[in-house]
Amino acid sequence: MNVINEWAFIGVFVAIAWVIPTLPIALAAFVSPRKPNAIKMQTYECGVETVGDTWVQFKVQYYIYGLVFLVFDVEMIFLFPWALAYNRLDFFAFGAGLLFIFLLTDALIYAWRKRALEWV
Amino acid sequence: MECRDIINTLAACLQVSGTDPGLAQFIQILLGVLIVTMAPLIVVILLIWVERKFAARVQDRIGPNRVGPYGLFQTVADALKLITKEDITPAGADRLIYNLAPIVSIVSVILIWAVIPFSPIHIGVDLSIGALYFVAVGSIGTLAIMMAGWSSNNKYALLGAFRVVAQLVSYEVPMVFALLVPVLIAGSMSMQGIVEAQRGMWFVVLSPVAALIFFISTQAETGRAPFDLIEAESELVAGFNIEYSGMKFGLFFAGEFVHVFTNALLMAALFFGGWVGPGVDQIPALGFVYIALKATVFYLVSLLLRSTLPRVRIDQLMSFNWKFLVPVSIVNVIVVAFLLQVVRALGLAPAADLANDFIANLPQAIVLLLGSLVIVAFVLQQLRNFGRQERAAAQTVMVRKEDDVDMLPAQAAH
Repeated sequence: MNVINEWAFIGVFVAIAWVIPTLPIALAAFVSPRKPNAIKMQTYECGVETVGDTWVQFKVQYYIYGLVFLVFDVEMIFLFPWALAYNRLDFFAFGAGLLFIFLLTDALIYAWRKRALEWV
Repeated sequence: MECRDIINTLAACLQVSGTDPGLAQFIQILLGVLIVTMAPLIVVILLIWVERKFAARVQDRIGPNRVGPYGLFQTVADALKLITKEDITPAGADRLIYNLAPIVSIVSVILIWAVIPFSPIHIGVDLSIGALYFVAVGSIGTLAIMMAGWSSNNKYALLGAFRVVAQLVSYEVPMVFALLVPVLIAGSMSMQGIVEAQRGMWFVVLSPVAALIFFISTQAETGRAPFDLIEAESELVAGFNIEYSGMKFGLFFAGEFVHVFTNALLMAALFFGGWVGPGVDQIPALGFVYIALKATVFYLVSLLLRSTLPRVRIDQLMSFNWKFLVPVSIVNVIVVAFLLQVVRALGLAPAADLANDFIANLPQAIVLLLGSLVIVAFVLQQLRNFGRQERAAAQTVMVRKEDDVDMLPAQAAH
């Protein structure tokens, strides 16, 4: 298969993969009973009525982890071409990769020293 | 005999019988897609039974044994039950996202199956960037859980979604670093290329550290014990899927099981040679047997972990990832890259025509294995020092507390 066909396969795959899990839900919509009432629809909170809004401000810690992840994720993608061609490259490539990974580690050390990785 | 042959023959027949070649090709692709997408959904019926039986044995129970022989049809009965259950959407939920989340969660897992090599010729599609593709579609699952937790309008579900951000997202970092190692050694990102490169020697021998890190982080990616903080039934009741009922819950449930088995398949393909085994070139169908056997071993190991280990605390979970797995995986990548250059400089690397030969791969494997052992020794040494410090710190705290107790009567007398 050529490249176009490969991605055509993935395209069809995505479409079918969306259809297949939708089928049981659609089937359930026909078969299952539907008798909603106000108490049944209430948010489950162990029998206690909910207080206040659910979508509240959240702990900043989660945001920081998300941020640290973002740095890593973006930079890791750049390591893949390097790894892919590595067998055909000389010792200089190792040095270049090392330098890049050091920059990456730098971010980790910074976050670590700034106590961004502590769960407080 | 081979399903691939049937599809190819059918496409040829269609072309001969005067169907438009484009249409014939489309039908060919469609049939292939249908087979690969149905496979995980059929496998999951068996997986759920295996897991329930296995967990039951671990906990000294019998497990399902009423429906069908050995309770084999229990999953079918459960599926029928789930379909007939009322589907409740909680008041105030974000309807679109709420209904989309279970579908997305299973789609992300099914999509991974497109690039899993089952035999030398059976693979959904051998993308040239297969390794990157499965990381990309795999992380859609994270999004699904976040969507479910956010849209349910429930505080428990929202807490689950928060933890997703912390846990699933963080464990992707060591996973991708571990994935870098097979790509480095194989010099290919296509899954078939990575498996082919293991004909001489499995990558687990070349880099056991990467294999272990990959296993641990995929374990965390599935969100099951000991990393089941997103569900955490003793704290969050059911976590992100608390408001889901009926078939929508069923899809989350099935998605989780397929995810665990998919990770076992990936583990087998990336580090344990996938379909590589004796006689696989003559009879390609044997590849199915080999990869299934290898994947089953990892599946059972993860079941064993799930049914025996207690849940970790979230601060432990995050520290374990960012202060242990990530640094170790970075060091591992550097060491493997360095040793690969050293091996090549010393002429120990197998020659191109001997790449499939076990003996020819041996010198390189020994050098890389020694490198891994050095990493393991260093890490264990660090852990021992760390443990010693922690114990000493704990002891001083205890001693101080005892001093306080001694002080109390004196103070009272004063």
